[in-house]
Amino acid sequence: MATKHSRAAARLMISPAVLLLLGWMIVPLAMTLYFSFLRYNLLMPGMEEWTGLTNYEFFVTDPAFFTALLNTLLLVGGVLLITVIGGTLLALLLDQPMFGQGIVRILVIAPFFVMPTVSALVWKNMFLNPVNGLFAHIAGFMGLPAYDFLGQAPLASIIGIVAWQWLPFATLILLTAFQSLDQEQLEAAEMDGASALSRFWYIMLPHLARAITVVILIQTIFLLSIFAEILVTTNGGPGVASTNLTYLIYVQSLLQFDVGGGSAGGVIAIILANIVAIFLMRMIGKNLEA
Amino acid sequence: MNTTIRALMGACAFGALVTAAAAETTITVATVNNGDMVRMQSMMDAFNEAHPDIKVEWVTLEENILRQRVTQDIATKGGQFDVMTIGNYEVPIWGERGWLAPLSDLPADYDVDDLLPAMRGALSVDGTLYAAPFYGESAMIMYRTDLAEKAGVDMGEMPNWATVKDAAAKMTDKDNGIYGICLRGKPGWGENMAFISAMANSYGARWFDMNWEPEFDTAPWQDAFKDYLDLMTNYGPPGASSNGFNENLSLFQQGKCGMWIDATVAAGFVTDPAESTVADNVGYAVFPNKEGVDNHGNWLWSWNLAIPASTEKMDAAKTFVEWATSKEYTALVAEKQGWRAAPPGTRTSLYENADYTAAAPFAKLTIDTINEATPETPSVQETPYVGAQFVSIPEFQGIGTAVGQVFSAALAGQMDADQALAAAQALTDREMKKAGYIK
Amino acid sequence: MARAITNRRKTINTAVAWAIGIAIFFPILWIFILSFKTEGNAIATPLKMFFSGWTLESYGLVMERSNYFRFFMNSVILAVGSTLLGLIIAVPAAWSMAFVPSKHTKNILMWMLSTKMLPPVGVLVPLVLLFNKLGLTDTHFGLVVVLTLINLPIIVWMLYTYFKEIPGEILEAARMDGAGLKEEVLYVLTPMAIPGMASTVLLNIILAWNEAFWTLNLTTTAAAPLTQFIASYSSPEGLFYAKLSAASIMAIAPILIMGWFSQKQLVRGLTFGAVK
Repeated sequence: MATKHSRAAARLMISPAVLLLLGWMIVPLAMTLYFSFLRYNLLMPGMEEWTGLTNYEFFVTDPAFFTALLNTLLLVGGVLLITVIGGTLLALLLDQPMFGQGIVRILVIAPFFVMPTVSALVWKNMFLNPVNGLFAHIAGFMGLPAYDFLGQAPLASIIGIVAWQWLPFATLILLTAFQSLDQEQLEAAEMDGASALSRFWYIMLPHLARAITVVILIQTIFLLSIFAEILVTTNGGPGVASTNLTYLIYVQSLLQFDVGGGSAGGVIAIILANIVAIFLMRMIGKNLEA
Repeated sequence: MNTTIRALMGACAFGALVTAAAAETTITVATVNNGDMVRMQSMMDAFNEAHPDIKVEWVTLEENILRQRVTQDIATKGGQFDVMTIGNYEVPIWGERGWLAPLSDLPADYDVDDLLPAMRGALSVDGTLYAAPFYGESAMIMYRTDLAEKAGVDMGEMPNWATVKDAAAKMTDKDNGIYGICLRGKPGWGENMAFISAMANSYGARWFDMNWEPEFDTAPWQDAFKDYLDLMTNYGPPGASSNGFNENLSLFQQGKCGMWIDATVAAGFVTDPAESTVADNVGYAVFPNKEGVDNHGNWLWSWNLAIPASTEKMDAAKTFVEWATSKEYTALVAEKQGWRAAPPGTRTSLYENADYTAAAPFAKLTIDTINEATPETPSVQETPYVGAQFVSIPEFQGIGTAVGQVFSAALAGQMDADQALAAAQALTDREMKKAGYIK
Repeated sequence: MARAITNRRKTINTAVAWAIGIAIFFPILWIFILSFKTEGNAIATPLKMFFSGWTLESYGLVMERSNYFRFFMNSVILAVGSTLLGLIIAVPAAWSMAFVPSKHTKNILMWMLSTKMLPPVGVLVPLVLLFNKLGLTDTHFGLVVVLTLINLPIIVWMLYTYFKEIPGEILEAARMDGAGLKEEVLYVLTPMAIPGMASTVLLNIILAWNEAFWTLNLTTTAAAPLTQFIASYSSPEGLFYAKLSAASIMAIAPILIMGWFSQKQLVRGLTFGAVK
């Protein structure tokens, strides 16, 4: 059906997007790659010199590197787990008949519109603060000692904050998926005496598979580079307990102004992100016939 | 309506909006969002009146972000700022690189000789001044006289660390939400490391030996850090590992701290009846020392206004810097908000002013501690570096912050003192090797 | 009988759903309340705080200290500008991928998405240098381009899934009637894709509005959006709960209200072709 003519036109139409993204990817990447082989500190201009793989060596042997890698995975995994499970349950609930469904939906989606910096500031000061935060007041009211969330459980607290921001997104996508579910099929199953659990497991869940895949893909893209929430709440600490890869690179290249070291970290992060990307794309490819 | 159209135009004809033609010169001032700097922004009417041809745009940022932005800008010659607020850590390093415009031709009525010698010295390279101090500070003990009396504690004028510990223990009343001592725990070279380095100095420790080998494995450091942890775990507030200057200020103002050892500039805020619930009950004492060590912390810090050498609006920028750090400005603040609110620690004349010393009971101690600070000899041991609560090398920001993270983790209970000191030793050693100080 | 049971179930559903909804919304509600209190009352115990007097003082102080309106306009310009530019580039690309697929289509789409996984901090310094060289720092144009590029993959993907749902027969019919490529896109495709485009636009405005890394690092005053505004209330003011709350509400209110009004359109587009 597609003629040669339309193929050429199609190529022409897709090219601005492809070229721009290619440029966006290649130009900074090439510069980063180049810097990563230099001894280059912003505070010491004129001292740049070729150092080969030294920057990579220092970055990988940094004791914080593996913690950061692990934290990145925990952060992405934790948030995905909470939002997918929580989102499914919430979507299931919102799909039931109830009074004021529209308003409930408005309440539920609100966190998605909140800037990450604002949400981090608000959670840190108004809720998690062990002296003046709301949770501390509640603990005090019940006669319990205040819990220092950001000191004692920094990564879990950040996972909580980020999950709060992304739960609405997961809920909405899954809700749309529920709404397109074949009601007759469900009723037939109910007639046949299938329990609520098995109806959920055998009919709803397979139907949701694609929606869940989409949630995982989109969220992973954003969660891999979580930064503002960490900067505002814990500065990656205490120690490196809540430092992820993005934050580690930030510390290297912007707090220490070591562009060379930071660039080496950037290159490593890009490689790792691409491994995750390939893995994800495979999964998506199966679930979404593009 | 008009603005909606403008917005749409902006969205369509991107860059076209960039410069609005005007006869006035607009200068961009990057500043930190602390009390004194925010106060200056409310004083701008006076400046605009005197200099209608200069328009000042403020970029107010939190300290860490400010530091990152201005360093990035000056090092990459971005030219985004015409005046920058920087610390006395940056000034000599940047001045030496030729990044800052020298302030050599200040007018006579600016009275440059009135600047405190300690401050002027810290902001000069080879006798040339590279930044004008906006306010300056050393460190001291602030304590609650009412709680001390109730607990039967006499702080004296020059307590040592044993006295401090004893007082902290006696003042602590956790059931009523009163913690004997509040100290910085938030990681950062300018946060917890400023305090811990000063404390280590008062124990006779130093950051590096004469070969630039880090000294965290030496006895003075071990003693200092263990005492710090001991004080904070037993008598400190919960969540101390994320408390910096501002968090502690707020705790002290709310009456939750018995003692607070921090910057002298805090005195002006804890005695402000509008903000502080304990304004009438604050006593002061010199930064403690360890018995037998003749050194009281030696903290010296100032926030300064500097002009990037690359600015195209040099004259306007200079006019602004001169105004903001002048005697006139001090008088203006005094007139509008009272003498107690005047920016402290920069000029001799302020401390000779009877109105000020009457309004600010902390004035004498402030000037004495500033004058006694000796950044050239921070420790009783010999050091290869200059700097009181920091080490004046470009790498220190990174190292100090990384060590601060480790110490903060120890405060949060994630590791013990020995592990933290060993980790600090290892990472400092690594960074110093990477930077080429240690072969 | 059956009706009674459903009604009871409906009541239970309602109660549970409302409880959860309010819990999720609670943090926003809380800062909304705090923003109308004095600083002194804002740090009092919750009950005392709640029953203390209401005031607009914090909003006044924030307005006095920051040029809120300029930050707001910049946010609008950057969000709308980058979304429009994104559409101009993405519509043709999505069209050609949806209607003239080749064996590389899927790979191209996946590659585009993978560019979003690059950690921005890793390439900040190169980009800062580049922006300085080109004189783009703190300009609307520079930021619009960056925001367009970071959101482009999402726009392309969303539009692609929408276009794919448009049955090919309609296009063929149009072609039979002698419609050229331009007419096909303009008069047949676009009207059918309008709901999808609407949700794409909305999502992009939200993403661009909340983007806080590039906007913080590449702007100072002239092009600085609300993310920059909130950054100035970060640490010390973090303890001035009332002012921080007022500033937060001012930063999120515009997008929150827009989001609420357009939530139906937005929700439809968020499916990313997952439903069906």
